[in-house]
Amino acid sequence: MPSLPTIQPEDVAAAEHAAHDEGHFDAPAETQIDDALGEYLLRLGDDNLILGQRLTEWCGHAPALEVDLSLANMALDLIGQATLLLDLAGEVEGRGRDADALAFHRDVLAFRNCLMVEQPNGDFAQTMARHFLFATFQVALLEGLAASTNPRLAEIAAKGVKEIRYHAELSADWIVRLGDGTVESRERMIEGLDWHWRFVDELFQMDAVEQDLAARGVAVDRAALRARFDAAVAATLMEATLPAPTYPRGVLGGRKGHHSEHLGHLLAIMQYLPRSYPDARW
Amino acid sequence: MSGDAPRASRDWPLWEVFVRARGGLSHKHVGSVHAPDGELAMRHARDTYTRRMEGVSLWVVRSADIVASDPAQAGELFEPAASKVYRHPTFYDIPDVVKHI
Repeated sequence: MPSLPTIQPEDVAAAEHAAHDEGHFDAPAETQIDDALGEYLLRLGDDNLILGQRLTEWCGHAPALEVDLSLANMALDLIGQATLLLDLAGEVEGRGRDADALAFHRDVLAFRNCLMVEQPNGDFAQTMARHFLFATFQVALLEGLAASTNPRLAEIAAKGVKEIRYHAELSADWIVRLGDGTVESRERMIEGLDWHWRFVDELFQMDAVEQDLAARGVAVDRAALRARFDAAVAATLMEATLPAPTYPRGVLGGRKGHHSEHLGHLLAIMQYLPRSYPDARW
Repeated sequence: MSGDAPRASRDWPLWEVFVRARGGLSHKHVGSVHAPDGELAMRHARDTYTRRMEGVSLWVVRSADIVASDPAQAGELFEPAASKVYRHPTFYDIPDVVKHI
């Protein structure tokens, strides 16, 4: 596949044509994006898309009308960012796929989101626990990406970080209120954090793809964000009078397409309409 | 609604929301939200009333803290003003050289 330093869509397309001409281009159209940047954008975009879709499940079911709106607003923030990231991923891929094609016409094994975002909502405490952990991580990630050497990615991150800062603050407020609330709310929040803690390590997992991109200043070194994340989480948990969750070993695999059973169910609902009625329009 | 009446309900208290549309304008009442405390009332107000760029500043006030006039006293409070048109500043001749009045 194309060498890494040049990442313009036209370069990718040219390299593919060359590979085609030599007769050893055999990647089927519906599988992975092989280019490193495309792969990275898929990871970022899929995280946002799947968490956004999860949050929409609360629509009409939240504990109060105002909370319903909060969750829907955050879902739309995430899906908006996902659209920008996946559109760019499609552009980098150069095969004419846009965000909709990537969101609705990939199967579960081709998704590159981390395992945390695909986990079921559980109760409100569990949803807020997940959102707090992910948004706290994502603020650090997006602040780093706002300085990416890829200007398109930097622009998306700079816009997104303002939205996600609010997510981190709002969800931290709920961690404190539920953690330092009633006996029942405290128990539920402890359980919610325990459930999601095993998926935290994956947020900071680096592999060859991202190390190469980070070395070129395109991506952020996730591992370097961990100390800041741990400090932010510890501060909120202390305010919430909650114990630090512990889990012996993080679960990994989402970036390779090794998902939990939950993602398939989510995709079945999300993809049903555009697959059943391919040209359906609002 | 008598704001101070104790309620048996476990509902969150009500907060009135005021939005400043842009610098130089005053805050204007836009509605209310339920929230357990002021900080979350502010978040709910933001999420409910400023989703479409309606404002640059927010106030939230506990509804119970607002002292309101009694509708039963509307007669003595407001009707006497009806017969006092001279209170409107429309009986003066304004010189042409004076602008912006």
